[in-house]
Amino acid sequence: MDADTITTDALIIGAGPCGLFAVFELGLLDIKCEVIDILDRAGGQCAELYPEKPIYDIPALPIVTGQELVDRLLEQIKPFKPGLHFNQMVTELKKLGDADFEVRTDGGLVFRSKVVVIAAGGGSFQPKKPPIPGIDSYEGKSVFYSVKKMDTFKDKDILIVGGGDSALDWTLNLQPIARSLTLLHRRDDFRAAPDSVNKMRGLVKEGKMSFRLGQVTGLAGENGDLSSVRVKGPEGDVTIAANTLLPFFGLTMKLGPVAAWGINLHENLIPVDTEKFETSVPGLFAIGDINSYPGKLKLILSGFHEAALMAQQAFRYKNPGEKLLFQYTTSSSSLHKKLGVA
Amino acid sequence: MVKITFIQNNGTVQTVDAQPGMTVMESAVKNMVPGIDADCGGACACATCHVFVEPQWIETAGKRSEMEEDMLDFAFDVRDNSRLSCQIKVTEALDGLVVRVPEKQF
Repeated sequence: MDADTITTDALIIGAGPCGLFAVFELGLLDIKCEVIDILDRAGGQCAELYPEKPIYDIPALPIVTGQELVDRLLEQIKPFKPGLHFNQMVTELKKLGDADFEVRTDGGLVFRSKVVVIAAGGGSFQPKKPPIPGIDSYEGKSVFYSVKKMDTFKDKDILIVGGGDSALDWTLNLQPIARSLTLLHRRDDFRAAPDSVNKMRGLVKEGKMSFRLGQVTGLAGENGDLSSVRVKGPEGDVTIAANTLLPFFGLTMKLGPVAAWGINLHENLIPVDTEKFETSVPGLFAIGDINSYPGKLKLILSGFHEAALMAQQAFRYKNPGEKLLFQYTTSSSSLHKKLGVA
Repeated sequence: MVKITFIQNNGTVQTVDAQPGMTVMESAVKNMVPGIDADCGGACACATCHVFVEPQWIETAGKRSEMEEDMLDFAFDVRDNSRLSCQIKVTEALDGLVVRVPEKQF
């Protein structure tokens, strides 16, 4: 076992609403959790796609925004102190004989747990790649969807595409170290913070960077080395010289990694039973949008229910042979103690 | 019933019945018109119900809202006649509406 392996009772893949609530249900049964998510924060689709939008079908909450729901769930699971590991994508999920699971991430984390709960929703959020012919061959060499190391972009002729905070933030961060920088957007209006936009316009005025209107239609270069970008602009087609392209078109959900773990998938969903929401692999569960069973509804409230039943079975893996005493949070003093309200 | 025609990138033409009050996206999804993904279910939180409105229908289909304009930043090949079909409400005035479906939703 690697020296830095994190050992836990339950490893939850996905920190969206269902993954988060699973921490609560498992916590009531003294099952310790570690949670992994590819995003840089908790909340899954709620936080990433619709933080400000009202949800009307969460039981007991006539109206709640995506972000509010996430905040409330984080509050609810606080007593159980789960380990939260963000910016991590699961690359390997293995069952070690009859016993534990080993999970590895692209950030080098290794987990050993008794059970694994897949709460991956629609898949992992990955950058949207513009469907420009041939873009694959430039990826990682001249085309990047995120900035991991700013140094990579020193002295480059950079073209950034987008109108949101990612595009504007990186425009401002990279302009000082780039040889040249152009921001390209399909319109002269931005979703980004007004302050960032103002700063960008200031740089354009000072001649330190350019702003162009248009959309990318093609790339030119050789062996993965970009030399120019073809753009459809308001005045027709133009070519912009650039050796680095950073397209910021937001995120999309891709099943990707889940498909590579060797689990039975049916139409990109994980079949489970409806008593325990367990997959065909004992100890491996799937809750929320990622699972499928007769009558399944892709609702947050369904995922909450699934988490509760899953936890009952997870208890049996952690405490084989032990009787599970069913208790209510209203009346059980031991639960009150765990919740910190005693 | 209002008739809406969807033309695919490969030329396939499909005309569906839509009820006033639903959105053009909903009429597509209900009638299994391919190519309109509607990932966010019509909440104007993605750009995967992107369509091109035929020129003669642009005015009747209405103008893009600010929110729609923002989300169109996430679409590819956005043209003057681009709309997010979840933001076009079906009305009697749109009887005969023709829209083109992009080759793929971004």
